[in-house]
Amino acid sequence: MATDTLSNQGHAHGHDHDHHDDHHDTAGTKIFGFWVYLMSDLVIFGSLFATYAVLLRGTAGGPTPGEIFDLPLILISTFLLLISSFTYGMAVLAMNAGRVVQVQKWLIITFLLGAGFIGLELYEFQHLIHEGFGPDRSGFLSAFFTLVGTHGLHVTFGLIWILVMLIQLKKQGLTEVTRPRIMCLSLFWHFLDIVWICVFSFVYLMGVL
Amino acid sequence: MFGKLSLEAIPTDPIVLTTIVAIVLGGGALTAAITYFKKWGYLWTEWITSVDHKKLGIMYFIVALVMLLRGFADAIMMRSQLAMASAGAEGFLPPSHYDQIFTAHGVIMIFFVAMPMVIGLMNLVVPLQIGARDVAFPFLNNLSFWLFAAGVVLVNVSLFVGEFAKTGWLAYAPLSGLDYSPGVGVDYWIWALQISGIGTTMTGINFFVTILKMRTKGMTMFRMPIFTWTSLCANVLIIASFPILTATIALLTLDRYLGMNFFTTDLGGNMMMYVNLIWAWGHPEVYILILPAFGVFSEVIATFAKKRLFGYNTMVWATVAITILSFVVWLHHFFTMGAGADVNAFFGIMTMIIAIPTGVKIFNWLFTMYRGRLEFTSPVLWTLGFIITFTLGGMTGVMLSVPAANFVLHNSLFVIAHFHNVIIGGVVFGMLAGLTYWFPKAFGFTLNEKWGKRSFWCWFIGFYVAFTPLYVLAFFGAVRRMQSYSNPEWQPLMIVAWVGALIIAAGIACTLIQFYVSIRDRKQNQDVTGDPWDGRTLEWATSSPAPFYNFAHLPEVHGVDGFWEAKKANGGVPPISEPPYQDIHMPKNTWEGPIIALFATIFGFALVWHIWWLAIVGGIGMFATFMARIFNDDVDYYVPAAEVERIEREHRQRLKQKGDLAHSTRLETQS
Repeated sequence: MATDTLSNQGHAHGHDHDHHDDHHDTAGTKIFGFWVYLMSDLVIFGSLFATYAVLLRGTAGGPTPGEIFDLPLILISTFLLLISSFTYGMAVLAMNAGRVVQVQKWLIITFLLGAGFIGLELYEFQHLIHEGFGPDRSGFLSAFFTLVGTHGLHVTFGLIWILVMLIQLKKQGLTEVTRPRIMCLSLFWHFLDIVWICVFSFVYLMGVL
Repeated sequence: MFGKLSLEAIPTDPIVLTTIVAIVLGGGALTAAITYFKKWGYLWTEWITSVDHKKLGIMYFIVALVMLLRGFADAIMMRSQLAMASAGAEGFLPPSHYDQIFTAHGVIMIFFVAMPMVIGLMNLVVPLQIGARDVAFPFLNNLSFWLFAAGVVLVNVSLFVGEFAKTGWLAYAPLSGLDYSPGVGVDYWIWALQISGIGTTMTGINFFVTILKMRTKGMTMFRMPIFTWTSLCANVLIIASFPILTATIALLTLDRYLGMNFFTTDLGGNMMMYVNLIWAWGHPEVYILILPAFGVFSEVIATFAKKRLFGYNTMVWATVAITILSFVVWLHHFFTMGAGADVNAFFGIMTMIIAIPTGVKIFNWLFTMYRGRLEFTSPVLWTLGFIITFTLGGMTGVMLSVPAANFVLHNSLFVIAHFHNVIIGGVVFGMLAGLTYWFPKAFGFTLNEKWGKRSFWCWFIGFYVAFTPLYVLAFFGAVRRMQSYSNPEWQPLMIVAWVGALIIAAGIACTLIQFYVSIRDRKQNQDVTGDPWDGRTLEWATSSPAPFYNFAHLPEVHGVDGFWEAKKANGGVPPISEPPYQDIHMPKNTWEGPIIALFATIFGFALVWHIWWLAIVGGIGMFATFMARIFNDDVDYYVPAAEVERIEREHRQRLKQKGDLAHSTRLETQS
């Protein structure tokens, strides 16, 4: 331990050199730091939600929310993301039990569900742009594409992160390095789920109502 | 191949050309000198890749001082222009150049002078004050600095290639939109601020976690030094407000690059949303700057009055109150927008309320001095100058917060005079006080007092000469951001303001001379004890300059002013760390930080000029370098106890050699 203080310096010497728990970059600090990052990210989403609310009526003669949202499709993608949060939870349970192979399996399933979500989102965007309702059509569509797209971009980064973790798990297994990263990714993934629930209710449901 | 970039992008204006030649020659000479003295390796291993918070703090400050010169050059050009361009005269700066200059002046002074000074001091001081060996995320700390440097590079490149924004420092839409600003100026503004702003957000997270998680034994929240408290609050503000800036700039980017309609005048855009968003970040931003300055004054005044700070708890709660209130006042920047009487009244009253905790602070400083044994060192002079100047600036701020008065004063020189009154009187004085106060901790010798005091008097007098005329001119109807004016009666006061700027220039010159003289006399000014001012907080408990691991044994505190208490308990002399020592866990240097920032610079430059392939190169480069970092597990090491012992032994020998008797008797008489 190198955390001995001035007052107990005489006694601390001779203790074991435990090279893990005095590190300033411990798993706890990392995960706490990641929480703080998520809160700052939430401010970005907050700004985008506020912008969407302000620009909602700025349709400029273009389509209104109710005219372009395909609710059944969005419901499917919502369920894909919700289930992926559950499967990620299973991955964390497997990690706590120390089963590397299980972790990898659950991560792959999570990846596929997340990729499905992104696929549907790309389809929706492509469809809208094809109809002439692209983000440059009106203030409302700019805000819609940016809010939903920013969430989608986050999910895409999450997918890349899952791939990175799969490689690292294969190379290293569950270690002091990979465990906190899987925990941070878990926070990230559930966080995106919560943001999506807000997007779904606030943008899609209220738009169609 | 090169997007919008062609040879025509290089300006032909004689003023700009001269600057370009001077900078190219100067930069060339510097590069040649580093090569000639074979210092590239040293720079790379000791500075560029360093994760040492003290070295990063020093680098922030060096960049800030260089940028201060550039920002001040802009200021003196503006004042000269207005001293000349009266009654139909055109002056020497055409409007398109003048507009770039006032934009660059604001952007540089806030983002690339004030911010790095504040963050630099935080880097240098906070880990030492809380008795930590490092920050929570050392790699991120290095990356933050280099992303900030990338922003600096982009702003400076805009001088040579293309142009800078002509929109004012906050680039209000729709003026900053593609319709009204088709050039690359706004794009430079976008990418410089976006890249450095992300670095700032990471700094905020890093120091927030550091302060909450890495305090030494006995350092409870209400034993933290006030500078650490104010830094904590500033970091909370960074975490909560900088993402708004990131989002706002991103939306403006989408408008400009993908033809979206967030802030356009037609197709459903809403330009007032831009003003709201940018000030929802911008107002907390000014408190990010001023709160740490308040912290500096608190440390300085307690140290040199030889008293515990008066009202420690009220100081903390006043800081927290300001932190919260700073998020509910943003609308006072645009009362004239037409939000309605009720909304304006709410924001006006909230703004006035901020004066209360600020007043609490002023009285705390005054009562700390009262019946103290005040030493009139240059940090104390800065503090006294601050108390007077900032109080005046605060009062003109309260005047502006009255919506009815604001309708008259909005966009006038009164606003300019007000915010320079609080930024120069508060932030600049605070940072120069902090620089003088903590300089020995960074370099091991104190700064020359004579030149420090000269610098203070020039700044202090220069400020009043430069800005009092602007208050007066505002009542005659003078507005901000005007390149020339028709009323010849304004000219005498404009010339007075110009003289004031020259006096401030003398103050900056005094600071530069102060550095030269102090470095020349560094042997005489050496700080052997590590405690040159008979300090009260933990940063003075270690040697100067602090060893890279900060403390051989982590200190322990039992109250506010922990180091002062420890000295008292130890018979008036600081407790010295004795062997045995133990291995110390430290982070390794990182090459990934500067390389990611290099690719970020390329990325930003390419996007400014629409060179899409190069932007892809920059993007992939950033990603690949980051991946290299992720897959690099060799990020830390142990300093062997023997090495710690050697360094500490040398420090003790130096103490003995200098016969530190005088110092310890001085302390004894006090306790």
